[in-house]
Amino acid sequence: MDIIPTISNALHEKIVRRNSSEFTNIWNILDVVCDPEIPVLSIWDIGILQDIEFKDGKYQIIITPTYSGCPAVDAIKEDTAAELTKNGITNFEVKTRLSPAWTTDCMTVEGNNKLREYGIAPPVDVPNGCALHVTPTENVLCPHCRSKNTQIISEFGSTACKALFKCDDCFEPFDFFKCI
Amino acid sequence: MSTNMAKSNQYDNEDTVKQKTLQYAARLGDDSLILGHRLSEWTSNGPFLEEDIAMGNVALDYVGRARMFYTYAAELAGNGKTEDDFAYLRDERQFQNYLLLELPRGDFAFTIVRQLFVDVYNDYFLTELKNSNDPEIAAIATKSHKETRYHLRRTRDWTLRLGIGTDESKAKMTKALNDIWGYTHELFEPDALEIELIELGVAVDPRLFKEKWLHDVQTIIHEAELEMPDADWAVRGGRNGFHTEHLSMLLTVMQSVHRAHPGASW
Repeated sequence: MDIIPTISNALHEKIVRRNSSEFTNIWNILDVVCDPEIPVLSIWDIGILQDIEFKDGKYQIIITPTYSGCPAVDAIKEDTAAELTKNGITNFEVKTRLSPAWTTDCMTVEGNNKLREYGIAPPVDVPNGCALHVTPTENVLCPHCRSKNTQIISEFGSTACKALFKCDDCFEPFDFFKCI
Repeated sequence: MSTNMAKSNQYDNEDTVKQKTLQYAARLGDDSLILGHRLSEWTSNGPFLEEDIAMGNVALDYVGRARMFYTYAAELAGNGKTEDDFAYLRDERQFQNYLLLELPRGDFAFTIVRQLFVDVYNDYFLTELKNSNDPEIAAIATKSHKETRYHLRRTRDWTLRLGIGTDESKAKMTKALNDIWGYTHELFEPDALEIELIELGVAVDPRLFKEKWLHDVQTIIHEAELEMPDADWAVRGGRNGFHTEHLSMLLTVMQSVHRAHPGASW
């Protein structure tokens, strides 16, 4: 790997929010809740879990959808509720909040690494980084052979968050987690 | 007369704005849902697998956008109604989407030309809507704009590919441009409700970016070696609830399950 993972502002703020939160146990419990479409990523890794607040005697679990129509949101809400209940926490509400809008910048460094190992090119594996929030059409690093000799097959993949690429060196097709 | 005036003075101004914002949010929900439904009709009918998936994904973005707008409208209504009431339990005349969006999906060229007009429009519209002084509407716009930018790239590519492609694809694109053009005018004609909300900083004034829209659309059409339609005709009525016959048929299909099995869940 020749990419040094620097931390985006969005990710930095997210980490500060977690570290300064007094509800460490809740954050930790929710670390096992994963995205049903990409089960290697926890909702913390991907940036869906936005904040945890306490209001009117209840924990408010604030989540934000990745894409407007993401069908995984309902499953994530159910899994979050189930995990909290399993750990004996019953005074909670899972709420959706749209602002600040989700961006791939919220993805943790671990999340990017896990995606790559899983065979999905993470949003950071692009020639000039993801800072412009534009999905490239070529030169995404192949998650299988690490070649940059790759090109887009389709702007959309099997889920809203992915595009389909192919590698011209190892000839494998692969999913790329789009930069937005 | 005077009793009426006295009555209207009783209304809290805030409540009136809320009612109007509700209607505006519902309209934007209608626009998204109807176009999303039309795009979803391509599922399993796309020209090839990847395109089939792409169309499904774009449809999903629009349906998701509709859900956000309807959820907000329902919240403003505050009468226990939900997004589903807006989508499934209203009739044709209650929908206030633009007519352009309800036209049948047609062939692939028709769908691409409609997307071209809509994507360029939404790129400007949502950029402005992000500055709405209604924070929820602004948040939905911020989220949606990221998706629209991405849609536009694909639509532009397809416009070039079909325009420069074969004689047949060029002929179909030319026909689609001429068939659709007259439906684009109403996108830039805010009605009384919208003008009031524009003045309050809630809604967007599309008249401000009409020239830019025209310029962008023209540029892409010429790049695709196609001609701008010259026919001067216009059909309007969507914002007043006057629709083409196509909307009633769309709603019949879209609402059938919900109406046959009210309240069903799985």
